Amino acid sequence: MTDLTTTYLGLNLKNPLVASASPLSEKVETAKKLEEAGIAAIVMYSLFEEQIINESLELDHYLSQGTETFQEAMSYLPDTGKYTLSPDIYIDTLQKLKKAVNIPVIGSLNGVSTGGWIKYARKMEDAGADALELNIYYLPTDDNLTSAELEESYVALVHDIRRSVKFPIAVKLSPFFTSLPNMARRLVEAGANGLVLFNRFYQPDLDLETLEVCPNLVLSNSNELRLPLRWIAMLHGRVHADLALTSGVHTTEDVLKAMMAGANVAMMASELLKKGPSRVAEILAGLENWMVEHEYESIKQMQGSMSQKSVAEPAAFERANYMKVLSSFSHIR
Amino acid sequence: MTKRMANLDGNEATAYIAHKTSEVIAIYPITPSSTMGEFADEWSAQKRPNLWGTVPLVIEMQSEGGAAGAVHGALQAGALTTTFTASQGLLLMIPNMYKIAGELTSTVFHVSARSIAAQALSIFGDHSDVMSVRQTGFAMLASCSVQEAHDFALIATAATLESRIPFLHFFDGFRTSAEVNKIEMINDDVIRAMVSDELVQKHRARALSPEHPYIRGTAQNPDVYFQARETVNPFYAATPAIVQNAMDQFYRLTGRKYSLFYYVGAPDAERVIVAMGSGAETAYETAKYLNARGEKVGVLVVRLYRPFSVAHFAQALPSSVKTVAVLDRTKEPGAAGEPLYLDVVNALVESRRMDINVIGGRYGLSSKEFTPAMVKGIFDEMKKAEPKNHFTIGINDDVSQTSLAFDPAFNIESDATVRCLFWGLGADGTVGANKNSIKIIGEETDNFAQGYFVYDSKKSGGITISHLRFGPEPIRSPYLISHAQFVACHQFNFLEKYDVLKSAMTGGTFLLNSTYDSDEVWNHIPAETQKTIIEKKLKFYVINAYNVAKATGMGTRINTIMQTCFFAISGVLPREEAIEQIKKSIKKTYGKRGEAVVQKNFEAVDQTLANLYEVTVPAQVTSVVNRLPAVPDQAPEFVKNVLGRIIGLDGDNIPVSAFPVDGTYPSGTTQWEKRNISLEVPEWVPSLCIQCGKCVFVCPHAVIRGKVYDSKELANAPAAFKSMESKWKEFPGKYTIQIAPEDCTGCALCVEVCPAKDKSQVGRKSLNMVPQPPIREQERTNWEFFQSIPEVDRSQINTRQVKNIQLMEPLFEFSGACTGCGETPYIKLLTQLFGDRTMIANATGCSSIYGANLPTTPYTVNRDGRGPSWSNSLFEDNAEFGLGMRLTIDKQNEYAREILPSLASVVGEELVAALLNADQSNETGIKAQRERVALLKQRLAGTNEAKAKDLASIADMLVRKSVWILGGDGWAYDIGYGGLDHVLASGRNVNLLVLDTEVYSNTGGQASKSTPRAAVAKFAAQGKGISKKDLGLLAMSYGYIYVARVAMGASDQQTLTAFLEAEAYNGPSVIIAYSHCIAHGIDMRKGLDQQKMAVTSGYWPLYRYNPVLALEGKNPLTLDSKEPTVALKDYVYNETRYQMLVKSDEERAQDLLKLAEQDARSRWEYYKQLAAMSYGKENH
Repeated sequence: MTDLTTTYLGLNLKNPLVASASPLSEKVETAKKLEEAGIAAIVMYSLFEEQIINESLELDHYLSQGTETFQEAMSYLPDTGKYTLSPDIYIDTLQKLKKAVNIPVIGSLNGVSTGGWIKYARKMEDAGADALELNIYYLPTDDNLTSAELEESYVALVHDIRRSVKFPIAVKLSPFFTSLPNMARRLVEAGANGLVLFNRFYQPDLDLETLEVCPNLVLSNSNELRLPLRWIAMLHGRVHADLALTSGVHTTEDVLKAMMAGANVAMMASELLKKGPSRVAEILAGLENWMVEHEYESIKQMQGSMSQKSVAEPAAFERANYMKVLSSFSHIR
Repeated sequence: MTKRMANLDGNEATAYIAHKTSEVIAIYPITPSSTMGEFADEWSAQKRPNLWGTVPLVIEMQSEGGAAGAVHGALQAGALTTTFTASQGLLLMIPNMYKIAGELTSTVFHVSARSIAAQALSIFGDHSDVMSVRQTGFAMLASCSVQEAHDFALIATAATLESRIPFLHFFDGFRTSAEVNKIEMINDDVIRAMVSDELVQKHRARALSPEHPYIRGTAQNPDVYFQARETVNPFYAATPAIVQNAMDQFYRLTGRKYSLFYYVGAPDAERVIVAMGSGAETAYETAKYLNARGEKVGVLVVRLYRPFSVAHFAQALPSSVKTVAVLDRTKEPGAAGEPLYLDVVNALVESRRMDINVIGGRYGLSSKEFTPAMVKGIFDEMKKAEPKNHFTIGINDDVSQTSLAFDPAFNIESDATVRCLFWGLGADGTVGANKNSIKIIGEETDNFAQGYFVYDSKKSGGITISHLRFGPEPIRSPYLISHAQFVACHQFNFLEKYDVLKSAMTGGTFLLNSTYDSDEVWNHIPAETQKTIIEKKLKFYVINAYNVAKATGMGTRINTIMQTCFFAISGVLPREEAIEQIKKSIKKTYGKRGEAVVQKNFEAVDQTLANLYEVTVPAQVTSVVNRLPAVPDQAPEFVKNVLGRIIGLDGDNIPVSAFPVDGTYPSGTTQWEKRNISLEVPEWVPSLCIQCGKCVFVCPHAVIRGKVYDSKELANAPAAFKSMESKWKEFPGKYTIQIAPEDCTGCALCVEVCPAKDKSQVGRKSLNMVPQPPIREQERTNWEFFQSIPEVDRSQINTRQVKNIQLMEPLFEFSGACTGCGETPYIKLLTQLFGDRTMIANATGCSSIYGANLPTTPYTVNRDGRGPSWSNSLFEDNAEFGLGMRLTIDKQNEYAREILPSLASVVGEELVAALLNADQSNETGIKAQRERVALLKQRLAGTNEAKAKDLASIADMLVRKSVWILGGDGWAYDIGYGGLDHVLASGRNVNLLVLDTEVYSNTGGQASKSTPRAAVAKFAAQGKGISKKDLGLLAMSYGYIYVARVAMGASDQQTLTAFLEAEAYNGPSVIIAYSHCIAHGIDMRKGLDQQKMAVTSGYWPLYRYNPVLALEGKNPLTLDSKEPTVALKDYVYNETRYQMLVKSDEERAQDLLKLAEQDARSRWEYYKQLAAMSYGKENH
């Protein structure tokens, strides 16, 4: 019997396939379907700091707009008594998910500042989340802000959250650090139990007809696996944290590569959004078949087997540019 | 039992009891009673139960007439039923009130008493409405204060159940309905003790039921009607005692003592004022003050006005009285006296007190201030041997000489009461912050507090003045503050416009929000203000609240900052405690909107004190700046002497003689009121302009104009005047887009719609918003020059192209509508196209308020002196009103045509023929006919023949006229629908323009039958569960009505075509125009985008139904929009009215959205089928 189990953030998972933060977790029915198809854990969609703040400010703005200006219309909208804002909906959904499925559910928070919003980490823990994925990325536009300052704020944020909660925290990173290994180490030192590589960002497009910048979400493809694959391979065994690979996981082969590079889990969203939850079963079946065919006993056996530390030619991971190198030369060296 | 104190206004205090003691509540919005209905609806939506544990059923009706009918029916079926109304609404209830009273049915109508439209509409308080129903058989109980409104709502409920006489419980609109005061709340035990279950059950037992059927509402003949009418007398005779008993029971339960007629004053008073409502409070306070100074005066407060108990009245009046002055807050022209006066005269006669000299007078109409000084003036008059009867007080009646003199400086207010005035800008949060301050003071200290708020009649950019009193004693003073220890001015530029410190007391404090620092502010304030500060020895503080607001993300909302300053300076509470309480109230007010809002307000509070400075006041006036005149010197005399004084807040002092006697006012007066309300205005970049004119087309305030002209005109142009080569083949020369900088409200719709982008910097367009102050002077000069350039000859313009509309002069400009209003561009367009020959009938609502609320009116005239005539009759009858105009035009046109041939010898055969056979289908034809009519008049002037004179008086009717009937959806879908349907069905040539905002916008966004499913509105706080009525489809069903549905933001061309076709159609037409609105909770700058989304999502299909096509054998319906391309949710969830349902009840929101999607889909499919039907010949 092939052993697909793995561990991630202290959680024992039945296999290494995790649904990454996406709309897949918005509905309980979808989550249940994922569980039925065999997914090992679910990372919930992100609760965004920016969204929490904007939602509140927007609601206030539009409810206040034009009020107490004109004698016949002190306001323009009724007082509905209470509003359920997105953090409350989030916590509510989390609780519903926890009740509906037996697999671990990981909460996801997205933000950068250490403001009042981080209390939602605690609320997620109280609501029964098994762990927290902290998604930190700030697009710096201020040219006075140095990389060091920004990095320090990330570390401080992880530190603050670590102090406020007891459950495991994974930090989802962007690939855009000057020195990723150093950053990874500092985040782990600040309290991260795991690192998720990498976040994919919304990138705006330009509409040539209207001359407007337009929002545009493109789903990933397998080619995008390369970037996180390299860094998982590089970090495996160097940082004291679990590693999750996300971005570009679409096939059984992608999952295998992630494991061999050193990931504890492989996360997927685009593929499942495109093909539906049942795709999980196909990939898991493929995984098992491949392992049987190639006589692997367990996932643990292959995890990190092709990390930089484990391969015969570690430099292969270090080259940033394509160069023709005589294979004999590296041997001589 | 512990007392529960609360700070609330009269409407809430009343609605609280009404909701507790009702099973069915039928409502309809009308100022100032709307909020009672809103509270009832919100509480029921929140499942708040009544006294018996069930949630009252609240239903909005199509009119007050409908509400009264529903109330009548609900009562007949046995429910405890109530309604709320005022003014015209109460008048619409009269027929049912007779029935309800005639049938001895227990109910209470709660009325915030308001003026009735006569020479003008007024939303403010007096007793004109309630006095108009005194004959219906309802008992009438008058509350004088917020506490009484709360208490009497219950006493009336108890009394109606026992007496079987229906009650009208009323209190003064605005003064009591909107005054916030600290009152003691009645707890449920008291309500339960007052409202006997046994009587409730008896009420039910009297109901109609098929289980024990009987007939009520018969028709009777001369033999019996009279006798049957007299059967009720014993019930009326018993009612005064029943009410007094209820008051006595209430006293035992609460300790608050009331009587039918309450006398206060010297026991041996010789002069007594009789009054009712809040004015009686003022008289009461003043009498006590005068008593303390030895004057033998008193006040008799009338609480139960109907049934009028002569016995109780006589008993309450001291025997020492020699003169009585009866005050009526109403006017009954032609009567021997006003109603209360006549009742008192009668009561004195019947009680054999003919020794008393009685005079009567009018006061306080339309919330006119009624002050202790006026009361003193009346008491002084009563000392005279021959006091003036039928007097007025509070105005200067220099026509009929009715007014009494008084000394405005007379002041009775105690030093123990702190009085504060706050001048704010609408929507800056000043009022809200002051309401919170009252709550803080009222709830967190032992002080009593009172707040009253005065607003502008403009819908944006207007002033608010908050009047706050607090002190150790209950505050009764129902009049504005005239001696304030603290004055705050939250807008620096108010100093240039108003005498902000007029009411400041010597030694008081002045707080100013200033962009200038404490060491430089002095020389920036007008000399007049400096003089007052010095003379009154005011302590002067400044804060740059805008800086603090900006730094803390508050934007332009400076409320909490100024509130913090107020507490810090006034010392009502120790600073630390005050800040803690402010924060507590912020949390309470904004908490449910999310943490971020609370935090931002906290930060604003925290940063305030470091920015608050005291200014060292110099001994001398040094400023070279002066307060500006309200209107420029070149304004016409009437504008300067009347309208200008209203603008300058001096309207109270204008004498009667200055006013038109019949409510007729000149057009074109907004041009004199330079409001300067926007800090940003658009600036034109000619090099990018493609001259499309879309900016001019969409501008809600007609502040951006386009013109082509001969290049010679530029000879005297100001240096900064911009122009470019004209792109019109038919109008070569120069072209200019010009902005009226002082009239622009800064909505930026023009910038949004501008399609011309800079290819090297796409964010820059041909129009861009820039700061106004630096270009104000320059652009004012340019605007004046632009206006001096001749208009293009209208007869040469091809009006079918959107581009050309910019060349047509708008005759509707600078209205006081909201910034970015979605309605006004349509009205402006109609005045551009047909304004010089248009008669407008305007339903009451937003369009009548920004259309004609004094001081100024936006309808204007062209260079020939022609322009739209405009009038407003009522809310409910506008279609009929407009039809009447058409009937006159048609009749007089017909008559003129009839007599014209008989005058051929005077007029000339050729001219007669030309006049009778004129083709007036276009501007050229109309122009030619006008010239003929001018010639006709000339020729007729030469003869004395009676017929010739007759013809001359109606000769203008030979020129084609256009009748436009305007109003919102509240009118068209609800209250006026019956008339609208009839007028459309009449086949007459009228044009109806429905400005569809999908809510009653003017009264604050109550649902109408136009409100779409899934949207939240007032009176539909749970989200509207049923779909929008399809008014267009109903109209199409007649077959001979031109119908169009338009949305300017989706297709300006289709809008234009619809207007032209509707007007050209010789029959009834209706245009339903999507009008984005502030009540939708949208970014008004994106209003046109929302219009477009409404269309592309399939929610608002564009179409034209032209019966002319059917006559040609073609399908009359043309669908002008394409298959939906956008999901409905992408359109609706851009709007707070939909979003808030998701936040308040997500499940219901989802269900309703699904249904709304179905609505849109099936409507689209249905129209598609209709448009595809064969009418015999192929479609065009």
